[in-house]
Amino acid sequence: MSEIVHPLHRFIRPYVTSTTNCPGCGNGIAAQAILRAVDELGMTLDDFIFVTGIGCSAWIPSPFFDVDVLHTTHGRPIAFALGIKMGLPEKKVMVTSGDGDLAAIGGNHLIHNARRNIEMVVICLNNGIYGMTGGQAAPTTPMGLKTATTPYGTFENPFDISELVIAAGATFVARWTTHHARQLTASIKKAIQKKGFSFIEVITQCPVQYGKKTGSGSAVQMMKEYKEKSILLKEAAKLSKDELHGRIVVGELVDKEAPEMLEEINRMKKKVAGEKA
Amino acid sequence: MKGTRVQTGKYFMMGNTACAEGALAAGCDFAAGYPITPATEIANRLAERLPQVGGMFLQMEDEISSIAAIIGASWTGKKVMTATSGPGISLMLENLGFAIGVETPCVIVNVQRGGPTTGMPTAGVPADMVQPKRGSHGDYEIIALCPASPQEMFEHTVLAFNFAEKYRVPVFILSDAFVGHMREEVVIPEAGRIEIVNRKVTEIGTDPQKVKGFLDEDVAPMPIFGRGFRSHVTSSCHDEYGKRNLSDLTALDNFIRKLSDKILKHKEDIVRVERDYEGAEVVLVSYGAVSRAAKMAAIRAREQGLPVGTLRLITPWPFPSEEIEEMARKAKKVIVLENNLGQMYPFIKAEAACHADVSFLPPRVIGEIQDPEAILNRIREVMK
Repeated sequence: MSEIVHPLHRFIRPYVTSTTNCPGCGNGIAAQAILRAVDELGMTLDDFIFVTGIGCSAWIPSPFFDVDVLHTTHGRPIAFALGIKMGLPEKKVMVTSGDGDLAAIGGNHLIHNARRNIEMVVICLNNGIYGMTGGQAAPTTPMGLKTATTPYGTFENPFDISELVIAAGATFVARWTTHHARQLTASIKKAIQKKGFSFIEVITQCPVQYGKKTGSGSAVQMMKEYKEKSILLKEAAKLSKDELHGRIVVGELVDKEAPEMLEEINRMKKKVAGEKA
Repeated sequence: MKGTRVQTGKYFMMGNTACAEGALAAGCDFAAGYPITPATEIANRLAERLPQVGGMFLQMEDEISSIAAIIGASWTGKKVMTATSGPGISLMLENLGFAIGVETPCVIVNVQRGGPTTGMPTAGVPADMVQPKRGSHGDYEIIALCPASPQEMFEHTVLAFNFAEKYRVPVFILSDAFVGHMREEVVIPEAGRIEIVNRKVTEIGTDPQKVKGFLDEDVAPMPIFGRGFRSHVTSSCHDEYGKRNLSDLTALDNFIRKLSDKILKHKEDIVRVERDYEGAEVVLVSYGAVSRAAKMAAIRAREQGLPVGTLRLITPWPFPSEEIEEMARKAKKVIVLENNLGQMYPFIKAEAACHADVSFLPPRVIGEIQDPEAILNRIREVMK
């Protein structure tokens, strides 16, 4: 009997034999989408440097992807990634992180690097909860939801992270759910090729800390809900704000051109060198 | 001269400018920072000078991202630095621990000012002397240098880069607004006369499975990014290969000890003091700007026939315990001079008190340097 090997297994660090993710976690879908995108573009992982922060989704490439990975402090991966991109501009730099890491503790780095429009890909696994620490409210948790730190329901307005990043100046922004694995892969491919700051929000299920505690159900139930609630950007444009309440607008929200920071730096350096001569 | 790394010559130069020139001379490629008094001149100079030599300075959104960006760039093989003051260091402390934990060469300059909190930004107060050693969480060792002049702002910055590269550690410059804003003669030697150390890097072609890139007391070669080492670099507890281990306490013990021993084992190479206490009964112990007042007081005392000497700590960290004990054995009285409420005093006293009488002399007003006359009065008092 021949051994069946997953076609993406060659991208996995040899010593890694098991996953740290809980059963039903959306991380696996995102991980496969990333690796498929790399593979379909004809690239290898050696073309990339991965950077992560703290939280479940930081463990997508760390240690699983067989590539240079910098697993950093909570909220700061984009700031570390900026330094890496400055040193290795020819490499693709990708950050995978969660909504807590990117939109709460690390919000400042997210908006400022979107503003800088430095070429990198940031994939935000948005599960609306702090999973690793046991189900506390995130800045993305829907209003009224009972969590470990909001036992009487949340009383804060949630962030729309994609809208935040768009407003800050990112040149490629897409939102999909884990139900949209193929669309997600296609958007990651575009993001990798984009000369600018690319942000992809992946609405993902945390069946353990979100599903169970809020009554949203199992991973399968949550993904079914994503399917039902999702509406393509094109269709959403026909509906009013009230009609869109509770829906998840998916698609490529922004794909535009703007000056990219590294290109601007190179232009500046040439000017400085010219002045010198 | 414009556009060359080493601006050889004799200058009347501000300490902060000399620091930036020292960074360039040492090979700094990338710096990131956030404006703050009294350190801003370093950023200003780096922003002008680094692009001239193919490098780059980035102004970040805060000090947290400043240190994060330089650590990221260091992992691509660049020599890196950030400069700030106390409030900025407070924000950097978490990522300082990161740099220590994953063994990242970088230089952090603290041009200290009067604190706590916003305090008095232009006051030259060495207010954060223990912060680099104890500020970040966990057990660790740190290297810090304490310049006393613009010339040393240049020289110590070069030395800081060399230590950072040699030991794969963050290295602090603990300057203050006195020294940072002081203008004095600065001599920048020819490039060939400046000793430069470059980090050991894993050999290209090494099998990624066999890269032992961490936790060697004698400093593992750095498996920098982009060269096919497929390095897994995590600030979680890890082994010599960088492999995370979150369950075995012996792995944590090894992680903590090896990082610390990297510095402690090489204290002899790192620790620097300035001794001038031959035959002295009273020794003035100080560092940084205050050491200038101590020196002057010692000269005047000797002119008056009093047997007074000085010991200056150039590296407050790692703490020069042996050097202080050796001094205390020979002295009868030790006076510790600091321009604060006595931050290093308990550490110095702990080493010296079993051999000599140790006392502390702050300035009349914190932020003023001790008046040499006041020091002389104290010398006469302790000699009674």
